[in-house]
Amino acid sequence: MNKIEPSFRPGGKFAKLESVYDGMETFLFTPNTTSRSGAHIHDGNDLKRTMITVVAALIPALLFGMYNIGYQHYLAIGQAHMGWFTMFLYGLLALLPVIVVSYAVGLGIEFISAQIHHKEIQEGFLVTGILIPLIVPINTPLWMTAVATAFAVIFAKEIFGGTGMNIFNVALITRAFLFFAYPSHMSGDEPFVKVDSAFGMGSGTLVDGFTGATPLGQVATSVGEPSMTNILGEPISCLDAFIGNIPGSPGETSMIAILIGAAILLITGIASWRIMCSVFVGGLGMAALVHALPSPIYPASMLDPMTQLCLGGFAFGAVFMATDPVTGARTSVGQYIYGLLIGVFAILIRVYNSGYPEGMMLAILLMNAFAPLIDHCVVSSNIKRRARRAATKS
Amino acid sequence: MATVRLKKGFDIRLLGEITDKVIGDVPAPNTVAVIPDDFHGIIPRMEKKEGEHVAAGEPLYHDKNHEAIKVVAPVSGTVKEVRRGERRHIDAIIIAPDGDKDSITHNIMGDAEQVLLQSGLWAMMRQRPYDVVPTPGIRPRDVFVTAFDSAPLAPDLDVVLGDKRQFIAKGVEVLNGLTDGKVYIGVRDGQSIDAPGAEVTTFIGPHPAGNVGVQAANTAPVNKGDVVWTMDIVTLARIGELFTTGKVSHDTVVAITGEMVQQPRYIKTVMGADLQTVLKHETTNLAQSRIISGNVLTGVKVEADQWLLAPYRHITVIPENNKPDEFMGWASFKPSRFSIYRTFTTWLGGLSKARSFDSRIKGGERAIVRTGEYDAMLPMDIYGEFLIKAIISGDIDKMEQLGIYEIAPEDFALAEFADTSKLELQRIVREGLDRLRAEMS
Repeated sequence: MNKIEPSFRPGGKFAKLESVYDGMETFLFTPNTTSRSGAHIHDGNDLKRTMITVVAALIPALLFGMYNIGYQHYLAIGQAHMGWFTMFLYGLLALLPVIVVSYAVGLGIEFISAQIHHKEIQEGFLVTGILIPLIVPINTPLWMTAVATAFAVIFAKEIFGGTGMNIFNVALITRAFLFFAYPSHMSGDEPFVKVDSAFGMGSGTLVDGFTGATPLGQVATSVGEPSMTNILGEPISCLDAFIGNIPGSPGETSMIAILIGAAILLITGIASWRIMCSVFVGGLGMAALVHALPSPIYPASMLDPMTQLCLGGFAFGAVFMATDPVTGARTSVGQYIYGLLIGVFAILIRVYNSGYPEGMMLAILLMNAFAPLIDHCVVSSNIKRRARRAATKS
Repeated sequence: MATVRLKKGFDIRLLGEITDKVIGDVPAPNTVAVIPDDFHGIIPRMEKKEGEHVAAGEPLYHDKNHEAIKVVAPVSGTVKEVRRGERRHIDAIIIAPDGDKDSITHNIMGDAEQVLLQSGLWAMMRQRPYDVVPTPGIRPRDVFVTAFDSAPLAPDLDVVLGDKRQFIAKGVEVLNGLTDGKVYIGVRDGQSIDAPGAEVTTFIGPHPAGNVGVQAANTAPVNKGDVVWTMDIVTLARIGELFTTGKVSHDTVVAITGEMVQQPRYIKTVMGADLQTVLKHETTNLAQSRIISGNVLTGVKVEADQWLLAPYRHITVIPENNKPDEFMGWASFKPSRFSIYRTFTTWLGGLSKARSFDSRIKGGERAIVRTGEYDAMLPMDIYGEFLIKAIISGDIDKMEQLGIYEIAPEDFALAEFADTSKLELQRIVREGLDRLRAEMS
């Protein structure tokens, strides 16, 4: 690696690829740079390790997502007797292109941007790149995912100054872009269950009475007592939602996989337990409130609170999106408020706005915008305390 | 006696601790140097030229803005060289000691402030705000003295004090006369101190509990407009000695510690002694070592042909990194890769075990991403991260509001160690303080 280095430095043959070279080098080798000023010893942790740990926490949700894509597919074509490995393989083949597109587009833009600014390539997209396939419906055409990813990376991240500087969660901006730019592809029967074959695998004809809507989508359009069914019209219980054998975005369906990820994030201390817990507390509280005041006009208000939390993207958002430290509140007190409000708004939007059966994405993006304000208020109280102290002394 | 419990912070344990409190001897130094950078805030104007004779305690230079602030020679001898660096900046004033005991005796009946200024001890005190040598003519609100050093491998200041502890009471008396407020002394749990007239507070907790700024913030915080003096107990005892005997003692006990030291121990020498004499028989592998005057967090990297720096009673010698780039270091599960965070496996084996540290940064510099890292290492009522951001963006008002007057670079040293984003926090704080000081004068 060091042998080919000179050709990448200014004046060398590949000077235009200097950032790419640096990126690859620091990815493969932790640099042996020593400190020049200040502290002479440093902790072993760096941002790369932090980001990789988040990716590791997402693996259970990713693997289950692959399996579930296959499970839903074979259910839809009436071949539910297929083995789990076949299902997993189908899901892998279905999801892999999305992952490749997400990383290729996102990292491509990051590489170009880093080279333009002559900066080191930063690792922020490692996490975003895996989050995007997990929250984008599986039937979204790849070109749409590519356009949305490019939009999000450029307009939600790079123009703010890159990793660590963005105001909104980049993965959620991708999802929101798709949601508002191509609404017809994002709701109803179509997006969440892949019915055609993946690389020639798993072709078949749809079963009669197929419905691929997510449980929350069904609830939003139902009249009177809400009912949730799977693809074949069999009822869905809270337990199904907990295990995750329901239609939905690849990463969001299984509470179990998400909880494993949550455990990794909490044990390693990467995610803020304050945010994570207060999102659940806020969501549970709000769900209990709307459940106490059920109304047939808003069918989602009839769901019991636990089911509310198990359905849709609530848990995934609480664990992996709300806890993004860059876009969330940064003060301890602020994190409680921030998390609580995300939980409250997510359920509020879900129940009382029938246009959006899922409220988590909008709730987090809304609170992303308010996080600096919350922090400002918390820090202001520290400033006021200091000013008061100075005033009483003199 | 009040007790303050501090929860935040962390004790880093390194290999090369001192086990024996016996103080050893080293030969008399070949050269002794005064390093002007040790006295931050003073712009030197030389009083002695190369080749001139100086007595121990005789001024070498004074401050350009306050002629009364003198920095003195620790030994008697001849000014051998005034070594200058870029833009005629004075790097070191080197004295060849002549061995005789030609030293200055002060008239201690005069004005105490004048005596301190003339004796050179004034330059060893610091003031908050700005963490610089105090401005003469300003009566401090309070004086804060720390009686212990909590940094990694730090010397036990009781050992460093030795028989000088008899002068503490006198020192407190003198300082009480120079402030309208109190003289606060911070001690660690179980440490006894005989200091009538001082307000003694016990601090229980990990590093940086021994930082005088942390102690001040948890007893009587520095507000905008306040001026307080800070020092450690050794300087206080020197002041007491000056006002008892009329002489300043420049002898000092130094802890020689660290993994690369054969037998970590205390030695007795003189301030500014050359390291070749001091470290002669202490280390074997100087080529692969980093010599730090001070501790690993706040100390200054020095070369083997340089000298002991005045503010420190401590030398640490750690391995300088000579390993190649670590293949995929971020993926490591080696317990030897120390991290206080649970993203690595160190915590499984216990964080309180003494470990080997070299000088690698172990990562690239990034924007601040993780939350609460600085706050966890800073036991003060300050939002460290927001203050650092205010300093980086040069927002003077915000710096003031967020409490920059209470801090010194050393208070952010532990945060710098723990920082995932690898920012040079001490340098940032220093630049912020200097900028603010320039703006306010």
